[in-house]
Amino acid sequence: MSESLVSRELRGVGIGLGVAQGPVARMAEPAPAPSDAPSTLTGDEEKARVADAVAAVARELESRGAQAGGAAQEVLEAQAMMAEDPSLADEVNARIVQGRTGEFAVFDAFASFRDQLTALGGYLGERAADLDDVAQRVIARLRGVPAPGVPDPGHPFVLVAKDLAPADTALLDLDKVLALVTTEGGPTSHTAILAREKSIVAIVGAVEATGLRDGETVIVDAAAGVVTTDPTADELARAGHRAADRAAAASAPITDGALADGTAIPLLANLGNADAAAEAVALGAEGVGLFRTEFLFLSANQAPTVEQQREAYTKLLAAFPGKKVVVRVLDAGADKPLAFLNDAHEENPALGLRGIRALRASEDILREQLTALAEADAATDADLWVMAPMVATVEETKYFVDLARDYGIKTAGVMVEVPSSALLADRVLTHADFASIGTNDLTQYTMAADRLLGSVAGFQDPWHPAVLRLIREVGDAGRANGKPVGICGEAAADPLLAVVLVGLGATSLSMAPTALADVRATLLQHSLDQARTIASAALAASDAASARTAAQAAAAQA
Amino acid sequence: MPPVSRTVRIGSAHGLHARPAKLFAQAAKDSGLPVTIAKGSASPVNAASILGVIALGVEKGDYVTLSVEGDGAENLLDTLTELLTTDHDAEA
Repeated sequence: MSESLVSRELRGVGIGLGVAQGPVARMAEPAPAPSDAPSTLTGDEEKARVADAVAAVARELESRGAQAGGAAQEVLEAQAMMAEDPSLADEVNARIVQGRTGEFAVFDAFASFRDQLTALGGYLGERAADLDDVAQRVIARLRGVPAPGVPDPGHPFVLVAKDLAPADTALLDLDKVLALVTTEGGPTSHTAILAREKSIVAIVGAVEATGLRDGETVIVDAAAGVVTTDPTADELARAGHRAADRAAAASAPITDGALADGTAIPLLANLGNADAAAEAVALGAEGVGLFRTEFLFLSANQAPTVEQQREAYTKLLAAFPGKKVVVRVLDAGADKPLAFLNDAHEENPALGLRGIRALRASEDILREQLTALAEADAATDADLWVMAPMVATVEETKYFVDLARDYGIKTAGVMVEVPSSALLADRVLTHADFASIGTNDLTQYTMAADRLLGSVAGFQDPWHPAVLRLIREVGDAGRANGKPVGICGEAAADPLLAVVLVGLGATSLSMAPTALADVRATLLQHSLDQARTIASAALAASDAASARTAAQAAAAQA
Repeated sequence: MPPVSRTVRIGSAHGLHARPAKLFAQAAKDSGLPVTIAKGSASPVNAASILGVIALGVEKGDYVTLSVEGDGAENLLDTLTELLTTDHDAEA
């Protein structure tokens, strides 16, 4: 009995709160290269096999192109022509005449053309990938196995993959993907980020999902982090109702963020560039809780000028008249190295010269950024708040706040990402006008687990009671000092965790705009007292998983 | 019947890649006639081969020489010349 339960429920890390159901389509692994062993068939037989496979692949590419339309159709039709290319056929046949198998002949002939294209470089080099894809398809067809890459079963499906590469996600037809399940990857993997951005139901790191078969129906419950195989009719119906309820919540009227008792919890957007502002406003963002300024710097070999920065900040602030916009000054280092700021090799960049430390070492960059921000503020009607990243000490807090004030920044605060500043939040907040908790880094530093390292991804869970306890410190300090405490990490996008964070003292939540609807709906179900009770239940747990379970149980009772 | 040749200057902003290459190779293939294309003084390749055409690395302003053999060669050359001198990327 217990065994069948284990086999029916596959566990992983759910992204968001969604639930979906549908038939599985697996992403085929790239096949190994064919061997150059002699063929056991005659040359004519091999030529006929290849001709059939090539024609089948070409027709399939053409029909996919006709379905896709637009630019994708041009690319797919060009690929179909590559498959049936006469020069290529000559090369393939020459290899078959030498006694090779069709598989090897295709592999080797395509490779020789691929090398020619790669040697030409640039745009032509990129076409080499198109050719590789065609070769893989023809070889898969010859072997009688599914073509590698994103499957196209011709109907909506639950995509099951090891993990998705950026190139795969670019080709993903989101209208066809009901849900994503990966066997590898954690909550910060490319798949998870895509799922959050596009509001796709997803479970990552579900190791046992390797056993799922093409065509079998599963329920993917991201809220519970469970993939249910062989679901009963009753389970399918319940999942269907939940999905419908969620869809209704998503289309519910957009109201300002608030708890059931009316306590206002402003819901803000995390943005990486000003172009995304309109979408955030449309989804009900009441302002910006984290505007990352790295985009201005990452593509540059040197810092952008004050004028360039002022223009970008003005564009952003102009999109939010009368609303709060929290801008974070440049957060470089660790996963975002910038040569002009710090080009020293560091053994542990996450613990190195990054955030406010790096800015302090190149203070002119910080001063220019503050200048541009103050000028943009003067030119617009938004309520500009500015904060420093990676602040570890009270002294750094005072340094940044004083400097920001010198430039006329009216509201200056710090990000709490390092446990030391959470523990001393009462003193940090005597200087700073506000604190904003970056839960991703706070979790990484609390758990001593590099958030970019897959082998320790299991530690990167903001539900961990140690992380929650630090957040409570900051919440308490905010209340004692009468200062706002925001959350701007991934944690705020997890609806139940958002309730816990409010229970711990967060006064605003900032997240990817696509997460706003779920969080808004969940906050409305609980009063502040209930949020505190749910938070206490999570705090009393010993690990992240039981904290989540305890919060779920407390929320169900409330 | 001897082959008919014509030298043409490429009009597409992005040269003879992607869409223009596809349109050109498709037209050569659909004609059913043997067509070759050579860039400058290099050796000619089968014009019906999209890979061969792309691999020429032809850019805007380059000169290519087309050769066709068979009935209707002149008409086909007119069609192909039209394709090569048009800026297809400007249409979109």
